[in-house]
This record gives sequence, C-alpha cells and structure tokens, in this order.
Amino acid sequence: MNLVDFQRRMFEDVSRPLTREWKTRIQTDEGESVAAIANSYITPNDRLTSFERLEIYNRQYWFRLIDAVSEDFPALQAVLGARRFDSMILGYLVDTPSTSFSLRDLGASLPKWLERNPHHAGSRLRLALDVVALEWAYVEAFDRAALPPMVESDLHQLNDASTLMLQPHLQLLKLSYPVDELVLAVHRGQGTSDIVSNAVVDRKRKVQPRLPKMQRSNVYLAVHRYDNSVYYRRLEPEAYELLSGLQKGRSLGAAIAEAFSTSGDSAEEQAAKIQQCFAHAAELGWFCRPGVAD
Amino acid sequence: MPANRFNGFTDYGIGVGLRVPHYEHIFAERPVVDWFEIISENYMVDGGRPLKILDQILEQYRVVQHGVSMYFGSAQPANYEHLRRLKELVKRTKTPWLSDHLCWGSVDGRYTHDLLPLPYTFEAIRTTARRIREVQDFLEIPISVENVSSYVEFQESQMTEWEFLNEVVHEADCGILLDVNNIYVSSQNHGFDPFEYVNSVAADRVAQIHIAGHSKFEKYTLDTHDHPVLDPVWRMYARAIERVGPTATLLEWDDNIPSFEEVHREALKANQYLAAAASKSLEVLA
Ligand SMILES: [Fe+2]
Repeated sequence: MNLVDFQRRMFEDVSRPLTREWKTRIQTDEGESVAAIANSYITPNDRLTSFERLEIYNRQYWFRLIDAVSEDFPALQAVLGARRFDSMILGYLVDTPSTSFSLRDLGASLPKWLERNPHHAGSRLRLALDVVALEWAYVEAFDRAALPPMVESDLHQLNDASTLMLQPHLQLLKLSYPVDELVLAVHRGQGTSDIVSNAVVDRKRKVQPRLPKMQRSNVYLAVHRYDNSVYYRRLEPEAYELLSGLQKGRSLGAAIAEAFSTSGDSAEEQAAKIQQCFAHAAELGWFCRPGVAD
Repeated sequence: MPANRFNGFTDYGIGVGLRVPHYEHIFAERPVVDWFEIISENYMVDGGRPLKILDQILEQYRVVQHGVSMYFGSAQPANYEHLRRLKELVKRTKTPWLSDHLCWGSVDGRYTHDLLPLPYTFEAIRTTARRIREVQDFLEIPISVENVSSYVEFQESQMTEWEFLNEVVHEADCGILLDVNNIYVSSQNHGFDPFEYVNSVAADRVAQIHIAGHSKFEKYTLDTHDHPVLDPVWRMYARAIERVGPTATLLEWDDNIPSFEEVHREALKANQYLAAAASKSLEVLA
C-alpha cells in the first residue's frame, strides 16, 4: 500500500462512528469485519489486539472532536440536554468532518446543519436555532479581524451610492427569543480551557446551569468585539435591516430604502433613527475605512 | 556555546508552555521565565484577545512556536493557506526556531486533529523529509520535528522508530525536538528499551527537549500531560542531556493544569541535569 492509500485506510478506520457505548464497531457499514481490517495493517502486541489498538485512536478521534465542538456550544447543550446534544453533535460530525487545520472552525456549519436536520432539536427547534446562531456568532466576534475604522472625514464623503464595509467581527442576528440572556447565563458559569494533549481518555461533562425562562419575542442583535471583549448589543429593527443591507453590499441609499420599506415613521422620525444608527455604529467602529479590505 | 549546529539556543534554558489559566498570574506577577512555548494554532487567528495577549507576552518574554497541525507526514500537498498564516505568526513572534510533529493527520482535505504515527518505510521518509524542506524554505526559519507517542505499530514498518527519525532529519537536514516522555510512553506500548532510543538518536541534531507526565492504564500507557514528570522520564532526560549537552527544555502540562508556580517549579527541576551537563562541557574545554 502506498502512503496515501495507507492514510486513507487509517482515516476511514479512525473516523468510523463509535457504538452507543463509545466503542469501535465490529463491522463496517458494508458488513466487513473491522478486526480483519485492523489485522491487515496494525500489529498486535502481548496485551492488545490490532482491533484494540485501533480502538484507542478511534475513540480519541471522536472524543476530541465532540469535546471541541461542545466547548463552543455550552448553551445549546443546556437547551437540548446532554443526550440529545451528544447525538446531534455526532450526526453533525459524521456529515461534516473537519476540513480545517484549526479546531476553531469545527462548529462553523452547525447552525446551517441544524436547520437542515431539525429532528435533532426536538420540540425546541426555534430556540435551539437561535442559540446555535448566537454561540457561533460569539466565536466569530471573538477572533475575526478588526480593520481600521472609518474616521469622521470618511463619513462626510458618503452619498446614496456609497457602499460600506462592516467590521469582519460584527455579526448581525435576527432572533425569535431573547437568547442573549440565556447564552450569557450559561457562559458566565463556564471556565475556559486551552489546547488538550495528545490523549483524550474520556468524555468530560460540565455542570448544567439553571436556564432563564424564554418567551418568544423578536430580538435584533449585534454581536461584536470592543476592546477585545465580545458584547451583545440589541438593535432597533430598522437599524438591524439597515446594517444587514450594508453588510450584503447594498448601497447606502438602497439599504435605507429597504430598512424603512414597511415603516410607518414620518420622514423626520426616519431621519432621526438613521442618524442614531450611524452615530452608534461609528462610535463602536463598525464601519471600516474605505479601501482597507483590498 | 551551542551544543550542536541545530541548537544555537542553548542559552534558552528552561521554558514553560503558555496556557490560558496562567495568563492572570503571568501578567500580575511577571515571573522570571526563560521562555514560553506557544501552540501556534491558538494564535493563528485574525484578531482579538489571543493576539493581544500574545503581544503583551512578547513585550516581556521570549516565545518559541510549537505546532500541532503541520502533519509533515501527510502524503498529499501542503496547505498553503495554513503556511501563510503560520508565517504571519512567525513574523510576529520572531520565534528563533519552530517545531511540529513527525506524524500525519489529514488526508483528502479532512483533518483528524490527532498526531497519527507513520509506517516506518522508505517512502514515508522521502515524503516527510520533502515536506519538512518545503516548509522550512517557505517559513525561512529552522525547523525541528518532534517524535510522537504512539499506541499502534504497523505491519509495513521496515525499521525502528529511532532509525526512522534519524533518516528523516538527515534527509530534511532539520533539527529534532526530542520528547523523552513520548519515547517512554511508546517504549511501554511497544516493548522496546527507551534508553536504546535515547542512545541512538542523532544527538548532533537535537535542538530542544520536551518533558511531560503520562498515565499508565491496564493495557497501555497514555501521553496525558496531566501531572508531574515521572522518575523514568527524568532518568531519560538526564541521559539525553548527557549525550546532547545543555539544550532548551520545555515542560508540557496541558490537562488538570495546576498553578503557574507549580508548573514552573516542576520544569525547573531540569536545572540540576542541565547544570551537570554544563560543568561537564567546561571540563572538556579545560
Ligand atoms: Fe511533546
């Protein structure tokens, strides 16, 4: 076997899903004996069979990945409960193996995946989708770039046709529940952890915090970084629409028109809201200086 | 004086791995530490607190980069987006050398995030050495490769692990980060004499040494990095230093991390061996 084929063989064996008891499966999906496969390239020793030696890596693979994703979504785990959460993460990782050198990116597709696989969230789908979106937004806001912000003189150059680039760390969310309170409550009870060693012996479990009661109400949220801390800031619906339009690359005139398309506000009220939105955004440095992205 | 041509950093002495739970202590107490080893991947981000913390550390301390995802032994072409980000970090830290593992971990664009052992074959030597040279050329700094701990052996292997390591570093013309704890762990799992490994390794290429704690289970020994260095590992360290001369040494403690002082105190135990080696090399000069 050449080296690439050897690595494909072992990757398949190491990443094969475990049994419910977190053990290596005896058979592949195609009905092949995993012990026979292990024997074909792994030598046994006086204490362990080839299968048992493979199992060490097979378990490590899953424990490491599950722990890495779980670490970024503690509130989702609290909402779904440990069992449902585990089976969801497993389903996600089977469908979405890591394609980045960094574990940081592992949960990136979870919000979209959960939307496509709603049965994993049970009866609390809407709440779970809000929580997963907010927790991923936190990861993005935490370490995405902060580019040089616009200065006052840049603002004076703007007209209807201008397009504005928003800070890469700024995440805009439209939520059906005030999950910012829930996520904050869970994160407050969490310690941080760093890189783990080569070895993962067992699954770790964190104590579940008490969750605040959630009542449906639309919440528009900016998740952003300021002075190296991540903040959740609630927005007016029009400010959310306006900023989202700009983020999608609409011109200033088009974004404003869209944001107020269904508004009953008078022209003065609209002007006041636009001004307020811009004042806050500029103060927090959300607009990038023109040309910085090139 | 450097102990060998890959080890121009003998004066680095004893370093400690930079870990999140210690940030507060380090910034409040500003302890005297020879150097910090950082896990490169933790700082290969676009912005935010990780880089702010790193910059604060760099103002006061020497930093050496250690990676966990280069996968020199992965058979397919290198990921240049990864290398570009790594080079950016290298410029920021001015790390005098950079280490990662002699292992593989990705195939067809999928990552295991594990340090998987290679079959000890001539093909693996060629592939790995070629990749190390490529990375070294791109990053423009010296590279040292670390021996990993392992729990499997492969039918295809044609030589011992230390023969494999020596061949790879010779062909790549790079340094070795000798992890004596990993040697011990593997020796327990595969039934070889760890001192034969230490005695056989190309001493003139050892640029750095790792020490760490491990855990014994019923049927195998795991590289857990979750407690103090055990006696047999200290004995191997002493032997390595005897062969290599004074060498930059780092204690790895990644799980159940105690206070900074406790980790540092454990690391500084290496001093007695380093001092003995230093006085020996002075005797030789006299
Ligand atoms: Fe190590």
